[in-house]
Amino acid sequence: MKKLILSAAALALVTGMAMADTVRMGTEGAYPPYNFINDAGEVDGFERVLGDELCARASLDCEWVTNDWDSIIPNLVSGNYDTIIAGMSITAERDEVIDFTQDYIPASPSAYMAMSMDADIAGGVIAAQTATIQAAFIAEGGATLVEFATPEETLAAVKSGEADAVLADKDYLAPFVDESGGELVFAGEVSIGGGVGMGIRESDAELREKMNAAIQSMKDDGTLNALILEWFGEDAATF
Amino acid sequence: MFETCADPSQLSGLKWLACYLTTGKHMGFYSSFVTVMVLLLITAPVSLAFGFAGATAARAQFAPLRWLGKGYTSIVRGVPDIAFFLFFVIALDQGIEYLRHKVKCPGWDQPIRQGNDFVVCTEAKMPLSSAASWVHESYGFALAVLTFAIVFGAFAANVLYGGMRAVPRAQLETAEAYGMNSRQTFWRVLVPQMWVYALPGLSNLWMILIKATPLLFLLGIEDIVYWARELGGSKTARFTAYPHGDWRMWYFLALLVFYLALTRVSEVVLGRLMKRLTHGQATSGGVTS
Repeated sequence: MKKLILSAAALALVTGMAMADTVRMGTEGAYPPYNFINDAGEVDGFERVLGDELCARASLDCEWVTNDWDSIIPNLVSGNYDTIIAGMSITAERDEVIDFTQDYIPASPSAYMAMSMDADIAGGVIAAQTATIQAAFIAEGGATLVEFATPEETLAAVKSGEADAVLADKDYLAPFVDESGGELVFAGEVSIGGGVGMGIRESDAELREKMNAAIQSMKDDGTLNALILEWFGEDAATF
Repeated sequence: MFETCADPSQLSGLKWLACYLTTGKHMGFYSSFVTVMVLLLITAPVSLAFGFAGATAARAQFAPLRWLGKGYTSIVRGVPDIAFFLFFVIALDQGIEYLRHKVKCPGWDQPIRQGNDFVVCTEAKMPLSSAASWVHESYGFALAVLTFAIVFGAFAANVLYGGMRAVPRAQLETAEAYGMNSRQTFWRVLVPQMWVYALPGLSNLWMILIKATPLLFLLGIEDIVYWARELGGSKTARFTAYPHGDWRMWYFLALLVFYLALTRVSEVVLGRLMKRLTHGQATSGGVTS
């Protein structure tokens, strides 16, 4: 009997330690193809596939959490989840608050999408999502910035005529342009920001090292490039 | 859900719509209605209890208790809901984890505040990071109920305080003349009679509470407005079997119908309640029949 209790306790300890490796992955769930909610109501997209693969390589148990883009960094530092994997570009401002892994998507261009090619992108009204590198870019330039909480609302602003154009990652806008049948067009391209990396708390160096190693191994064996081409198209920039 | 839904691109009309409205995503939308209703049904009595406690504290003879009651109503009523929901919940969550950390990890030698980060030991996490996702969701839900209860409790406290003061002095004097002590007077005379005066104010609060539920998304709970926005947003064929344009207007129209129906039901119920409570009272609404 005593042995049974002892082994049960040992088992509980072991499973407890195995469970302690759960990593909660925070994402937005509204930015296809990076991350979105699929028809079944689950997180899907490039980052879902990538994140699951990284967790498998680092032998971590991962769980997906969605959070508003606005409060995605405060909730990370407060410990509600352990990583941000939400198409977040690595910038100096963000790096002061959180740490980033090495980039898993190389620097990719942002694009202006408008109803016509001659939209006034230099001095007109440009829509962008709040707290993005695109919003910061417009705020510094000569155009008037209107910010929205979700990417979807920035598109609606252009269609309703509230904004002359929207500035966002080209990879996000491309499917909308392709399927609009000529109604929506790219009116220009800019290169802002570095690559996209995974955000991790500054105090969590161990997890960052594990993820860095997993990303490196995917870069080395070419699976990351294959994944990028699969989700972002044949013309996408690779490593 | 149905077998015919395997290839939605081949469907049209009502069949397509039936498949579209039964996707897993829509099930999340429907269950969020249940979440909102459950939240309302739990929050209403809890905030009434907070309000009652606040109102009785504000009338107390013992000065510190009175200050506590008055301080609670004035401070919480003065803070904007959205600030309260952003600040208070994170603070409450960190407070709970801090206490658990002190109890469970006495040997911890690193600071809890490391720059911007709030770091407690793994055992002190609330809920544990290894817990199932439903535990995280229920914990978030409980925090939401508590926060709503504190905010709406402060308003209810003020309404109830006014209701208590509106009961005619003569009623209380009569009770004393019958030999009731102050406790008996409070529970047997004051409380039953105050509802008439408090109910219009409380029904206002209930209506405001119904409309305040979209604040839930600030706490990470996927409420009906979040789903309406997510489902209504335009979808391209690459990422869904059901591409469509911007349909948010239709989803919000459905929410409008839901909210109006809820308001109508509340009006009927509150009307009946008012009739019951005023029965036999010497007010113009309480004609004896």
